[in-house]
Amino acid sequence: MNREIPRVRLPEPISAADFDYVRSLVREKTAVALDETKVYLVNARLLPIARNAGIRSVVDLIRHLRSHPLGELHTQAVEAIVTTETSFFRDFIPFEALRQEVIPEIMEGRTGSDRSLTIWSAGCSSGQEPYSIAMMLRESFPELSTWRTRLFASDVSKGMLERSKSGTYSQTEVNRGLPARMMVKYFRQQGSTWRINREIRDMVSFIHHNLARDILSLPPVDILAMRNVLIYFDVETKRMVLDRIRRHLKPGGFLMLGTAETTLNLDERFQRVRVGRAVFYRAMTAEAR
Amino acid sequence: MMANPNIGPFALEPNEKRRTPMRALVIDDSRAMRSILRGILASIDFEVIEAADGRQAIDILSTDHDFNIALVDWNLPITSGLQVVTEIRRDPHLAGLPLLMVTTETEFERVAQALQAGADEYIMKPFDREMLLDKLAILGIPVEAAKA
Ligand SMILES: C[S@@+](CC[C@H](N)C(=O)[O-])C[C@H]1O[C@@H](n2cnc3c(N)ncnc32)[C@H](O)[C@@H]1O
Repeated sequence: MNREIPRVRLPEPISAADFDYVRSLVREKTAVALDETKVYLVNARLLPIARNAGIRSVVDLIRHLRSHPLGELHTQAVEAIVTTETSFFRDFIPFEALRQEVIPEIMEGRTGSDRSLTIWSAGCSSGQEPYSIAMMLRESFPELSTWRTRLFASDVSKGMLERSKSGTYSQTEVNRGLPARMMVKYFRQQGSTWRINREIRDMVSFIHHNLARDILSLPPVDILAMRNVLIYFDVETKRMVLDRIRRHLKPGGFLMLGTAETTLNLDERFQRVRVGRAVFYRAMTAEAR
Repeated sequence: MMANPNIGPFALEPNEKRRTPMRALVIDDSRAMRSILRGILASIDFEVIEAADGRQAIDILSTDHDFNIALVDWNLPITSGLQVVTEIRRDPHLAGLPLLMVTTETEFERVAQALQAGADEYIMKPFDREMLLDKLAILGIPVEAAKA
């Protein structure tokens, strides 16, 4: 009887030293802070990486990483651990506020050679956020075709940037938050996946960038979406990143954060403003400081 | 700039939106699917009426126009979901009724066809609670308080 039950080998638990190694690797590469409660998460996310590399277990994978110079496998491991959850028009309300108030207000004040709009999606994951903005611009602001409109999107994860650039999404991904009308208008079905049209893909420039480390040369930004990114950093890193990105914003420029994030008690040079039911953080002008 | 907080479906204040209970008509021939949808909708305070086929749905809607949304399966016995959508859109009393197709049909052409016939939104099975709530939000139905 017993012999017929498949042998289940319980995975060897990750030791404290191994977890510390992974934690500092992730921190070093992305600034994302992992606490001890993330042991299970690390295990679950590293398992497919180990399998893919033909390594027997997560513990063996970590041993391998520890004993080899930094390379592709380290990058893969880090990128697998970092949370990349996202969706089209995530939370809706901030995007509605952008469409109904923020963008019209920015556009109203600009004429002639002033007619430019620059938007940056930082920590863009698989691209749903910048593409949501791109589709919205196409859909609601046809006037922008005569403007200088620039849409940048960045992420620390090379894997996510590749996914973003390809603009290919599973059925589950297009089922989340994407209005059906936009799906029909801006996507093509390819087998079981959906690909966003070149017209929209070409609106976005993707950049590999670590918010906590790399210098980025961008034109001054009107709207910066950095949603659900700060939440993974420790307080010191949050402050440093806010200080850096503020310098990219035009005076009065709008920062969009995730619903659980704020600049309050971190950086007093942002002003919290309500727009409809959404909250934005405006970079204060020199005088207002 | 923030002078008018009341633009668009998302601008309503939380207490404003709950003044009258919302009602949904769920049209699906699968009892299991109806009960899943009922569960999700009830959790955001909807009163749910069920119809097991297209004919029954049309009958209900011919006397009762007081729905905030109808969820329509595609493959229904007797009258197909697409026909139901077409008929609803023909009735001036139901012109403003938001229609959400909930279906296993996942072909691009099907989605386009449903929208063309007058559906407002489209969700492909399988879906989860979050996805359904996202679709309701797109249709301007307040789901925020319940989601949190
Ligand atoms: C949870 S996703 C958020 C995606 C999207 N902004 C949204 O709100 O739906 C967080 C993203 O931030 C990226 N990220 C983490 N640390 C980063 C860093 N130091 N610099 C840039 N991106 C980072 C991750 O790779 C991931 O794609």
